[in-house]
Amino acid sequence: MRFARALVQPLGAAAIALAASAALLALIGADPFAALGALANGALGDRIALENTVVRMGPLLLVGLGVALSFRCGIWNIGGEGQLYVGALAATALVTRGLGPDPGAVSLPLALCVGACTGALWAGIAALLRVRRGVSEVLSTILLNFIAVLAVAWAVHGPLQEASGAYPQSDAFPDLARLALLPGLRRVHAGLVLAAALPLAIWVLLFRSSAGLRLRAVGLSPDAARYARVSPERETTRVLVISGALAGLAGAIEVCGVTGRLFENLASGYGFTAVAVALLARLNPLGVLPAAFFFAALASGSGAMQRVAAVPSVAVQVIEALVIFFSVSFALPKSGAR
Amino acid sequence: MIDAATLLLVLSTIRLATPLALAAMGELVAERAGVLNVGIEGMMLAGALAAFATGTATGSPLAACLAGIAAGVALAALFALFVLRRQADPIVSGTALNVLALGLTGVVFRSLNPAGTALARAPQMGELAPGLNVFVGIALALVVGVALFLGRTRAGLALRAVGERAEAAHAQGVDVARLRWAAVLFGGACAGLAGSALVLWISDTFVEGMTSGRGFIALSLVLFGGYRPLRIVAGALLFGAANALQFRLQAAGSTIPYNLLLMTPYLLTLVVLALFAGRARAPADLARPFSPRE
Repeated sequence: MRFARALVQPLGAAAIALAASAALLALIGADPFAALGALANGALGDRIALENTVVRMGPLLLVGLGVALSFRCGIWNIGGEGQLYVGALAATALVTRGLGPDPGAVSLPLALCVGACTGALWAGIAALLRVRRGVSEVLSTILLNFIAVLAVAWAVHGPLQEASGAYPQSDAFPDLARLALLPGLRRVHAGLVLAAALPLAIWVLLFRSSAGLRLRAVGLSPDAARYARVSPERETTRVLVISGALAGLAGAIEVCGVTGRLFENLASGYGFTAVAVALLARLNPLGVLPAAFFFAALASGSGAMQRVAAVPSVAVQVIEALVIFFSVSFALPKSGAR
Repeated sequence: MIDAATLLLVLSTIRLATPLALAAMGELVAERAGVLNVGIEGMMLAGALAAFATGTATGSPLAACLAGIAAGVALAALFALFVLRRQADPIVSGTALNVLALGLTGVVFRSLNPAGTALARAPQMGELAPGLNVFVGIALALVVGVALFLGRTRAGLALRAVGERAEAAHAQGVDVARLRWAAVLFGGACAGLAGSALVLWISDTFVEGMTSGRGFIALSLVLFGGYRPLRIVAGALLFGAANALQFRLQAAGSTIPYNLLLMTPYLLTLVVLALFAGRARAPADLARPFSPRE
């Protein structure tokens, strides 16, 4: 029964959001069926489309997982985008500048590690501001987004720009620092295997460990948690650092697995999309898998929708926003509850 | 004697501070009524697009400004519907509203201006007196009006009571829901007005995502100003000055890369929040839903 409800609400939210979007499309004079059909075809129509969708899923999955975890603790980490950007930035700095000419096999694991750590540190700033100075993480994480995006822009125009100086982008990564493609596939890389394993790990952490219990207790009631000798400040810091690490890892995976170099607009809007992913998943780490797939399909089909049906690809953001609205207006689980 | 360069810097400060002050006044009223509106960024953006579209179509800055306000109010009504009627979480709903505004303005702007066509220029709001733009006049009137309303009127007292102790205000016969609705719609109107100012004064065109965090800076200013109108204006002027200096440095061909200069307002906001946010006492019932028990 609980399981059925857990399925019906997100499916309902997604369906209503799609229907509302179709109505809006009709309103601006587009053919909603043609547009949504082109979108579905562009996202799932053939093998390459499907692989593209799966590749897009990676960062949404990781950042969405971090958002779900922090929302469970009652912490509004809206800074996934910034944390992703600094992760990608640090990984790129390491690969293109930090390692010598012959880095060897350590470069890839090191790059992923450095990306995750930098994302954790970036979110750690928000944790510090919240715990020590009482600054709402809603504001600090959003402000840190702007700073991180500008830092990447500065880096690719400055210290990390490619040797030829032709474009504002970093040098291409050497093969040793790239995530290998999975056998027989043309886009799907090994980083996605790692990304797909993490929801289960986070689920175990959240629901089958005492650390997860403490974290959810703070989400339900910080005062009651304090009474039970759980420090909300420590849990706040912990959860922000973990979700920052997940987003930073996503950034490192993006540059090591997909783009092979750093440039501006690497993943704009992913932070907000990740919020939609987490909410559609009803803050359940396992639910993040299908939710990330849904939004990845929207993102990767949006280009086809623009080409075929002449509907601007940003229309996808409208669908995202509607999903968030309809997800929250159905009863969400209390932030810490099951 | 003030030299010409300093005068320009002062004017530029006022120019950049005005939209922030406008949006922050709306947020102040909403927060004093107990509603945390994280969606003003989106309301500003919608206001900017509505002002641009109406301004280029009619050529009238007044009509454009009114359209901007109407767009802000419309999004505020949607926000209120979810947050006040359905008691959805204000932070999540505000975030959704910002994403919605980004998407909707993008779709509408691109369908109005297909790629490749020359972009029309929006008409510009005039001046009340030399050096005093209409928007500055409106902002001054708004600040004085909000300060007097909150501090000196019965309705203002009732509104503050709703933000502090909704339960007690309800027991006194105050219609909590109605006042909160009114406060949110007023906040949307101010945000829409601030968005109009961006198009009808600061820049004469629309760019996707052109608010670039101004709504969040306005939110921070409310905290920085400790929920008091005059101190919020002082904060807005501080930000205006920092931004004006930053643009001056860019124009003067500074050796500091411009992407780093562009960080100034966000870094400054973080620093200011770190110094002052902990000290501001928020209305006690801020972001708490209220449903009357019969």
